[in-house]
Amino acid sequence: MLLAVGFGALALIAPLVAPNDYVVGVLARICLYATLALGLNIVVGFAGLLDIGYVAFFGIGSYTYAFLASPHFGLHLPFLLALPLVVVVTALFGILIGAPTLRLGGDYLAIVTLGFGEITYLLLLNLDRPVNITNGPSGIIDIDPPVLLGHAVSGNIQYYYLFLVVLALALLAARRLQHSRVGWAWQAIREDELAARAMGVNTTVAKLQAFALGASFAGFAGALLASWQRSVFPENFLFTESINVLAMVIIGGMGSLLGVVLGAIVIVALPELFRELQAYRLLVFGLMLMVLMVFRPQGLLVPRRPRG
Amino acid sequence: MEALQILPQQLVFGLALGAVYGLIALGYTMVYGILMMINFAHGEVFMIGAYVGWAALTWLINAQLGGLHPAWVVPVLLLMAMSASALVGVTLERFAYRPLYTRGATRLGPLISAVGASIFLQNAVMLTQGARMKVYMTSLLFPRSWYMQIGSVRVSALVLMMTAIAVALMVLLNTLVQRATLGRCMRAVAEDREIAAVMGVNVRRVISLTFLLGSALGGAAGVLVGLYYTQIDFFMGYSAGLKAFTAAVLGGIGNLKGAMLGGLVLGLIESLAVTFINPAYRDVVAFVVLILVLVFRPTGLLGETVPQANKV
Repeated sequence: MLLAVGFGALALIAPLVAPNDYVVGVLARICLYATLALGLNIVVGFAGLLDIGYVAFFGIGSYTYAFLASPHFGLHLPFLLALPLVVVVTALFGILIGAPTLRLGGDYLAIVTLGFGEITYLLLLNLDRPVNITNGPSGIIDIDPPVLLGHAVSGNIQYYYLFLVVLALALLAARRLQHSRVGWAWQAIREDELAARAMGVNTTVAKLQAFALGASFAGFAGALLASWQRSVFPENFLFTESINVLAMVIIGGMGSLLGVVLGAIVIVALPELFRELQAYRLLVFGLMLMVLMVFRPQGLLVPRRPRG
Repeated sequence: MEALQILPQQLVFGLALGAVYGLIALGYTMVYGILMMINFAHGEVFMIGAYVGWAALTWLINAQLGGLHPAWVVPVLLLMAMSASALVGVTLERFAYRPLYTRGATRLGPLISAVGASIFLQNAVMLTQGARMKVYMTSLLFPRSWYMQIGSVRVSALVLMMTAIAVALMVLLNTLVQRATLGRCMRAVAEDREIAAVMGVNVRRVISLTFLLGSALGGAAGVLVGLYYTQIDFFMGYSAGLKAFTAAVLGGIGNLKGAMLGGLVLGLIESLAVTFINPAYRDVVAFVVLILVLVFRPTGLLGETVPQANKV
């Protein structure tokens, strides 16, 4: 608890002590990706469903926001109106993509979600013919920034605080979900699905809920990304992003909320610290995944299991 | 309609490609049959085979074939690639998978380790070989003028050889599995690991050998693909791996004949799709097929049970 408060205080003053705007940008990205990772944590960490195509929801959220708030379709919905729409749409896709996977075991679930992730990327890339929906490789640009209370958010520092607030809300939501009825259902499913079903847990509904809620986090984060970058491109949503987010969840310790945030910090910040070794980043990453699984599969911060 | 005109040609090519998919698919299916695990890094083994073949070919061509008769070149390439891939496969099993499946960790563990291995291998090759593609100088071995014309279809000698080798290797493996003692051990371990051990089978060795064989086949496929497409890059294992996995599932995972059949069928489906639908969606075809199979007929064409969630 004390740790969380200390963390929070640090987070509040961070941009003021940051050396330059670029660092603030990195901090903002950490918050954004932490939110994203919290969503995946619901699917993978809470419910134990290995989704490695999660970036699909991120992309869907981003592009939906881009459709609603840019010159592309001529729509310029206000931020606070577009957000819920984005979340709903992404959640629906979550259900759509989750539904076929309900009967599948771990490995197959992973492959199918991977497939969906790839399909989403390919669709984003190619749906500019015959009808231009996504504008293909050129992406969508000139997206509206968020306008809150008449003030358009601008500058990394403002975005950072916005994302920080969102992250705090996400943490709160995740915590509430964890200790809710469906949260217990998820944990039961993760531990032993057959037993869960025998105990009366409606696994179908619970799994779909996991997908839908996880997707909605991603959709939210996607909208934030689109409004921050003011542009979206298919290249933002490659398979490697899915793996990045998954790594955040795994490193942090599946299910542990603070751990996920820690994971986000590690995954986003470390490459920045080791810029010269950028080329080796993925190599080390792959190695790290293997080593981690062999020596500490629970992750860095093991979630405290509630006692009986 | 011009699509119909090129259809026979595409189908022939689809069959050849399908045979190659089948080769790679065998690796997936064998490992799955024994360990109930998807070797996510198998595609990388295929890629490494392609690179080793390229290195060998380039070296040989530069050394004026080192006195070898041209007919020996392809076997040499295959041998080198298969050895390299087999080595990588066995090493992978020993260090990245064995500590995990012996511990009986959750199913997530080996899968994530495999993903890590896949990323590691891709980048290792990229960093040592460069990110740009490499070129197989196939035309020096197989001049374009070597082909057969059957009706409207032109079948090049290269395609014939590719298919022949793929089929030969598959038949070889099948014979091994059905007749040889090793094959019997493999089938025993796949059926029931504990009982096999009780009956005196050295399970660890069988598992290693399974990886060895599967990876060798993958490496061979790498050479064949390299020879045909002439361009290879460090990322080719990714899509080929997923397609081959689709083929394995399509035929019935764990089922060897299924993997071969699945490969052929997938090759054909892909060719049909490319002929009649936008070629840009070529890779999507495999994914869509995969999802459809898993949703509507998870046992695959030749049938083998897909474990339900949480099967021990």
